[in-house]
Amino acid sequence: MKLHGRWLRHPLITLVLAGFWLLLMNEITLGGVLMGLFLGVVIPLYTSRFWPEAPAIRHLPRVVEYTLIVLWDIVVANVQVAWWILFWKVERLRPSFMTVPLDIYSPEAITMLAGTITMTPGTVSCDLSADGRALLVHGLHAPDVEETVAGIKDRYERRLREIFG
Amino acid sequence: MLTLIAEILVALLIVIGSTFALIGSFGLIKLPDLATRLHGPTKATTLGVGAVLIASMIYFTVLEGDFSFHELVITLFLFLTAPLTANFIAKAYLHRHIRHDDLPSTNREEGWATYDPPGEEGPLAPTQNPVTEPPARTPAGGA
Amino acid sequence: MIDLALLYGFIALALALLCTAWRLSFGPTMADRILALDTMVIDTLALIVLYGIHHGRSVLFEAAILIAMVGFISTVAYCRFILRGDVIE
Repeated sequence: MKLHGRWLRHPLITLVLAGFWLLLMNEITLGGVLMGLFLGVVIPLYTSRFWPEAPAIRHLPRVVEYTLIVLWDIVVANVQVAWWILFWKVERLRPSFMTVPLDIYSPEAITMLAGTITMTPGTVSCDLSADGRALLVHGLHAPDVEETVAGIKDRYERRLREIFG
Repeated sequence: MLTLIAEILVALLIVIGSTFALIGSFGLIKLPDLATRLHGPTKATTLGVGAVLIASMIYFTVLEGDFSFHELVITLFLFLTAPLTANFIAKAYLHRHIRHDDLPSTNREEGWATYDPPGEEGPLAPTQNPVTEPPARTPAGGA
Repeated sequence: MIDLALLYGFIALALALLCTAWRLSFGPTMADRILALDTMVIDTLALIVLYGIHHGRSVLFEAAILIAMVGFISTVAYCRFILRGDVIE
């Protein structure tokens, strides 16, 4: 991808903005595509101070795999949480806070991990440690804290480390 | 035939979506404290609205005959913002009602960011907890 | 069939709104009320979309996206106020 010229520093943002413009227009026309691409080039230039460097995404197939896994987990998470809310007595739930130590460093990867944890089974990420090396996670039903933490690290964090490096 | 399948799909998605939204909101009443209550709306309600929006997309595209996909904007927006709002509400709750000592340790030199502003020197002193109100009262005993 | 599903959807969402209203008025902490408001916004969003299907018009989409954005921003702003307001004290 040798698109990193002076005008196109963030090809990903350009594509996302153009796609969003088309979604808002609710139809695909030549004018819409051109206007979307124009906005996609101009807006990153205009706001370039906010993104000094583009996040390095390696291994694009991994991104697709990760997205599919997370989407599937969101559906499973919903059924599970709905089941707990409807049919379990409140006393049977074992809610607890837990600490997830992080092995990933880039802010994008940590943000993705925190969002994923919130959307997937029975866990919500609540806080980050001040040095950014640990996540505070609340589990709705986590009788075995170590197992939940190990599950998060194995299922999501390992894949994010492969994606963001 | 196609319209029949589409009708069944739309009806099913509407029923599933609104059921999930109802369960998520019901969790607000049933669950005992805020940290557990967060789980209901962030998950169930978001998926419920997502299902309803997809139903609307199929309805307008197949049954009304005008191609419509801008519901995807709202779905994407909700799925991106639900973790953020959950995180902010959790932080506000921690800040007001939970002492730093009651949380599990970070296993690091610095504490959790809500109590210990990042970048400052030194670990958090144990007496520094900014608790201004007593811990959360239960709804039954609330004044 | 869709009409029946819509009827069920309206009833379920009305009940959901009642649940959030209960939590909004009796929620013991401020964070509970913010959470209830946020959920209320999302439920209202679903209600608007269902109303759009009911009338067969997609004009209401703009209202839905506006509510989604205003709801998100007000939730975040309120939480920021709680988090930072105490710092200033």
